[in-house]
Amino acid sequence: MDAFLTVDTLLPMLVGLPLLAAILTTLLKSYGLRTSISIAVALIQLVIVVALLSWLSNSGPSLDTQHQRYSLGGWGAPLGIDLTIDGFSALMLALTATLTLVLTIYSGYYFSEPHSQLDKTARFWPLWWLLIMGINGLFLSGDIFNIYVTLEIIGLAAVALVALDGSRAALTAALRYLLVGLLGSLCYLLAVALLYRTYGTLDLAQLSAIAEPTAITWAALALITTGLLLKTALVPLHFWLPLAHGSAPAPVSAILSALVVKTTLYLLARFWLDALEPAATDYGLLMLGMLGAAAIFWGSIQALRAKRLKLMVAYSTVAQLGYLFLLFPLFLSTGDTRDAGLSGSAVSAVAYFIVAHACAKAAMFLAAGNIMRTVGHDEIDQLPGLAKYMPLSLFTFAIAGASLIGLPPSAGFISKWLLLNVAIDTGQWWWVVIILSGGLMAAMYVFRVLNIAFISVDEKVQTEPKSSINEQLTVNKLPTLMPLCAFLLAILTIILGFNAELILDLVTIGGDV
Amino acid sequence: MTQELLYNIASIGLFGIGLYGLIVAPHIVRKILAINIMSMGVFMLLVASASNVNGTPDPVLHAMVLTGIVVAIAGTAMALFLAGKIHTLGQASDKDDH
Repeated sequence: MDAFLTVDTLLPMLVGLPLLAAILTTLLKSYGLRTSISIAVALIQLVIVVALLSWLSNSGPSLDTQHQRYSLGGWGAPLGIDLTIDGFSALMLALTATLTLVLTIYSGYYFSEPHSQLDKTARFWPLWWLLIMGINGLFLSGDIFNIYVTLEIIGLAAVALVALDGSRAALTAALRYLLVGLLGSLCYLLAVALLYRTYGTLDLAQLSAIAEPTAITWAALALITTGLLLKTALVPLHFWLPLAHGSAPAPVSAILSALVVKTTLYLLARFWLDALEPAATDYGLLMLGMLGAAAIFWGSIQALRAKRLKLMVAYSTVAQLGYLFLLFPLFLSTGDTRDAGLSGSAVSAVAYFIVAHACAKAAMFLAAGNIMRTVGHDEIDQLPGLAKYMPLSLFTFAIAGASLIGLPPSAGFISKWLLLNVAIDTGQWWWVVIILSGGLMAAMYVFRVLNIAFISVDEKVQTEPKSSINEQLTVNKLPTLMPLCAFLLAILTIILGFNAELILDLVTIGGDV
Repeated sequence: MTQELLYNIASIGLFGIGLYGLIVAPHIVRKILAINIMSMGVFMLLVASASNVNGTPDPVLHAMVLTGIVVAIAGTAMALFLAGKIHTLGQASDKDDH
């Protein structure tokens, strides 16, 4: 058994399995078969990741870097492509596998309804699995050109998924998303060209060993940052996100907001804190932090003003992404953490924040999808009294909202508390003000929705919207598993809140690759 | 040396022209063309970096350019399809309005 549980068998399977699922779901014609295969593959993927995690935690912090690598086809770096794993990427893989399973089950029901045409579901599953393959591949890649390829796989699959709805608004959002994505990856590719010319290697680990603070490295880092910030949608490069995430089908919005924008953030952390660390100037780190602060305010204000529920959740993603960029300046002033590479306390805080936000935001998008499915629209003002008809979905929304605000005992509370801790430890009190006021603004937009949904029906007894909800509800009865999937994710944020140690320990394993 | 410099300047120039076009051009087809000009700039830099006066050129960079071209074709095809579909849908909704 021990011989089986090694990186040599597990790492390639994480990329190969979703690819196999993509091929099978393309070939098979029966809807039921496609769905059952997808759920089976999602389950196997979770088992593989759990095996990988147990192997990693058994190896402990003393993990030998040689055993974190798998060379594809037996060709090692610098010529071949290496798959690598450490605590940070293992955590991201675990998050991906968990969300994939829940969202796959949800999608099985979401696309099975009679009013979604069958050809739409035929296109959904292959694209879905290509997206998962890209995400897994990105977290496993130890090679900057391979990362470019996975970025493009993720980008193209995500665009096709956004366009799945086929409406003009969805297609326009998809086209804009595609152009932004292509621009971002071209900037990244130019940086890859510069780095390879200068250092003669594409391997991340080798690069971090030989990178020097020269003008070329600096230019490459600037290009990588521009390209990836476009894809991560940090203010002011966020303009494409609300429409793309707001127009996509609910499970797609969920994975885009929960995982896809985090993949590029993960890469930014790798490049700034590890691979190209010598070129990461204090001003650059500070600038990323300030953009993050701007994102918190701008995203929250737009979320408050949004008329549609899904658009509000999408703007909330813009705001929450801002928190993640506070990582960079927090990293700056502590000389100790700077040496610790990717195992410092600021990185743990952000890794935990990514997981917390991913679960909460996926739960929120699924709840919004349930509401949209049942009521037929998601205009916030038209939802009074909804809580009476959809208690579970609203409860899910409330728990996820509590996590976004940062109320205990949710994971959102722990993640904000961790960020605050690092900010105070490093003596940068001004970030504390931003983190706290961001939480306050999140409370405002979450309670705005809950307030309307919980208006008691007596007050509005004669109003039009209520009766229309009532009629719609009998027509569009949701399969019970759909609200349950959303609820499961919301509960997960609470469970994570109680088990923060597990995650924080994991991040530190093999951190300095 | 001068030849290498010429290629470098030209590829950065192409990248810049494409970027300018992408931001400024109002029409979607022009934007798609601009993206392609940008990628040509990147590919040229990669190919130029592969040249080695004293020996064989670097195959890694050639492989990268080939992969890049495949990605560029896929992206362009997708963008053109989406643009065409949006155009058709737009015409249909215009007819409904009249």
